[in-house]
Amino acid sequence: MKREGETRIPSGCAIASVINKNGLPINGKVIVDSMTTMHERSNGLGGGFAGYGIYPQYKDLYAFHIFYDGLASREECEKFLDSDFEIVNLSKIPVKKSPKIVDEPLIWRYFVSPNPNKLRDSHLDEKEYVSKAVIHVNDAIKGAYVFSSGKNMGVFKAVGFPEDVGEFYRLDEYEGYLWTAHGRYPTNTPGWWGGAHPFSMLDYSVVHNGEISSYDANRRYIEMFGYKCNLLTDTEVITYIIDFLIRKKGLTLEETASVIAAPFWTTIEEKDKEKAELLTYLRKTFPSLLITGPFSIILGFNGGLMALNDRLKLRSMVVGEKGDFVYVASEECAIRKMEPNLEKIRTPKGGEPVVVRLNKEIR
Amino acid sequence: MSYVYADYEIVRDEKRCIGCKACVKQCGNGVHSVINTDKGEFIIADETKCVACHRCVCFCPTRALKVVKTDLSFKNGANFKETEIREIFKQAATGGVLLSSMGCAEDYPVYFDKILINASQVTNPPIDPLREPMETKVSLGKRTGEIVRENGRIKTDLYPMLDLEMPIMFSAMSYGSISKNAHECLARAAEKLGILYNTGEGGLHKDFYKYGKNTIVQVASGRFGVHKEYLNAGAAIEIKMGQGAKPGIGGHLPGAKITADVSMTRMIPAGTDAISPAPHHDIYSIEDLRQLVYSLKEATEYKKPIIVKVAAVHNIASIASGIARSGADIIAIDGFRGGTGAAPTRIRDNVGIPIELALAAVDTRLREEGIRENVSLIAGGSIRSSSDVVKAIALGADAVYVATAALIALGCHLCRSCQKGKCNWGIATQIPELVARLDPDEGSERLVNLVTAWNREIKELMGGMGINSIEALKGNRLMLRGIGLNEKELGILGIMHAGE
Repeated sequence: MKREGETRIPSGCAIASVINKNGLPINGKVIVDSMTTMHERSNGLGGGFAGYGIYPQYKDLYAFHIFYDGLASREECEKFLDSDFEIVNLSKIPVKKSPKIVDEPLIWRYFVSPNPNKLRDSHLDEKEYVSKAVIHVNDAIKGAYVFSSGKNMGVFKAVGFPEDVGEFYRLDEYEGYLWTAHGRYPTNTPGWWGGAHPFSMLDYSVVHNGEISSYDANRRYIEMFGYKCNLLTDTEVITYIIDFLIRKKGLTLEETASVIAAPFWTTIEEKDKEKAELLTYLRKTFPSLLITGPFSIILGFNGGLMALNDRLKLRSMVVGEKGDFVYVASEECAIRKMEPNLEKIRTPKGGEPVVVRLNKEIR
Repeated sequence: MSYVYADYEIVRDEKRCIGCKACVKQCGNGVHSVINTDKGEFIIADETKCVACHRCVCFCPTRALKVVKTDLSFKNGANFKETEIREIFKQAATGGVLLSSMGCAEDYPVYFDKILINASQVTNPPIDPLREPMETKVSLGKRTGEIVRENGRIKTDLYPMLDLEMPIMFSAMSYGSISKNAHECLARAAEKLGILYNTGEGGLHKDFYKYGKNTIVQVASGRFGVHKEYLNAGAAIEIKMGQGAKPGIGGHLPGAKITADVSMTRMIPAGTDAISPAPHHDIYSIEDLRQLVYSLKEATEYKKPIIVKVAAVHNIASIASGIARSGADIIAIDGFRGGTGAAPTRIRDNVGIPIELALAAVDTRLREEGIRENVSLIAGGSIRSSSDVVKAIALGADAVYVATAALIALGCHLCRSCQKGKCNWGIATQIPELVARLDPDEGSERLVNLVTAWNREIKELMGGMGINSIEALKGNRLMLRGIGLNEKELGILGIMHAGE
């Protein structure tokens, strides 16, 4: 059977997220527990989490989480990291062995900063330098896979049910102001950890439920700009699109949402002139980044999140609020598990971005 | 004596024929005629003149007529077949270059017929176009991807684009090669459909300037009818470098078709042959093309996108890559099955490559070079149906050009005899009595019907795939599978085989 990346595997899913707008730490166990309520939405073939604000002691360094198939790939990758980065700390990511999580690869974590000379010589900005390095490892170093590369954030994922994955990575030992989570229901057996979600690039992480029908149009477009879609998954291409629009093109989150879940032309016509011109311009400029077919995504980034549905709302997604906490999940039960006494609960419309930002920057 | 027997025979059912002579009146080729003998009046047929256009068949009130392929047999042979033998006879008799019209009809693979389209099942839902919005609007032109802000606001007037309600346009057919009424049908239909038609290389008749926003004006090697007002009359300008039906050669409109009106529009003397040269004599290389592109942009103050139309030839990917860097906004690729009003038979049937392969190769190359967004791609050269449109777009086209199908909608029966100038359907002729047969009211309505029907079908196919905007179909090759194609063909098309 072909491994993930050699064939395209659609999947259904469960997603959830919690954020504290004042940046107060939330224990990883909170999000793990919420996922247990949506057990039926996954089938044990992938689960994962992203936590933000979890590495305050290394907050200015890029945290690389890397899977290795074996020692040889680790050696090759570390050689590359040694030459292109300064490694401040490296270790295995601590795990708790469990019969429910098997066939684990080598899982390593590196806190790094770009090699200053190489960065200067590259004439790239720092983030571009790092993202190029990540793409290089994933594309060119066999058996090595960087699955997390942001600052003060980290992705934890595996083949298994989400609650087992959370326990395996000992997420109750981490605290962050924002967590996202994913349980996967692929229609095929990937058997490869890199295929689980969240998918991330720098500090952007995406959890996604859906199967987009625009996949190949999106992929073939984004690959023109140096991205390599190695996994052939929706989440991978969505992450790259977001990275491209926000980081490279300088769009705001709301503008990004109106590219990937563009309003219908008939809706645009109803807007006032200035707004209609902007929406028309964005649609005409990036038509190949329109995402069609069902999706609900939660984009995590340093400082907040954006939740977004496809423009027909073909996947469920609910948003709840209480005090400084905002919750997003595929099903209300996952939110009630985290907070039984919500002040507000609603279902955002298709294509309507829900953006939650921290009240002030967390230092 | 002729060595050649007629291709077709007219079968008249004498029991049905009422002697109304409609056939005599309808046939501009003079096939049917009346003779008086001592036994009375008879209608007879000179089948050597018949082109199988079915005009008489359609107009016979008692359905007494049919046109059948002659069953006169040559001795069986797989090498020198009937066609070859007939053509040698013709050339031996005249010493002339064989002429043909419309597109190549030889038995080469039609790749569109070997490609299948996907549909959603279970893991994502199909979308019902009767109940949900389904968008087929496209815009064509350069997409710089630039986000320029002024006081935080994104500037929205960076480059000119063409807006189409659906990804279909009528491709170039000149006034001269087709009639004024045919042009009027195309122009009016384009206006009603929210799409564009194309003047071809024969200039723009003064009566049709009012359809300007639905018009593409063409500049070809003969530069017929090109002047400043003309260039500014349309929504876009197309530089015609080549045509799928006859790559590598120019055009030849016989003097008989250069009537007073055509002469005015083309700005050439009436009755003289209009011969457009094989190359543009100011374009012998790619850097020359760039100069023409920018000359036209200067003449129109950078307000109109420039299309460069080329025939699909062997090296099309590199050629397109050059054009994409020439300042052109749109590339139109014309496959070897594209139609023509007249072309040397040997060229029409043996030069060029299929649009499916050319389109896929160009789209792939432009993406590999990261310049796909410099241009939009229009695919033409035998788009026969809405499923061809969907397949072309999924292979990578932004829109398609349609001409043969449009003419068929107007009544063309593909008799492929346009070069004779006696089109009984009033399309490819300048003879006033024949032209008058094509009613612009009815003709434009038939075109609107055809394209509207196709657009409905496109929406159905898109909905099945779970796609609700044509933008998400463009280049979406995962939605296609090949059937009965070899590895090489699949590789060029960039698609997988059915079952994979």
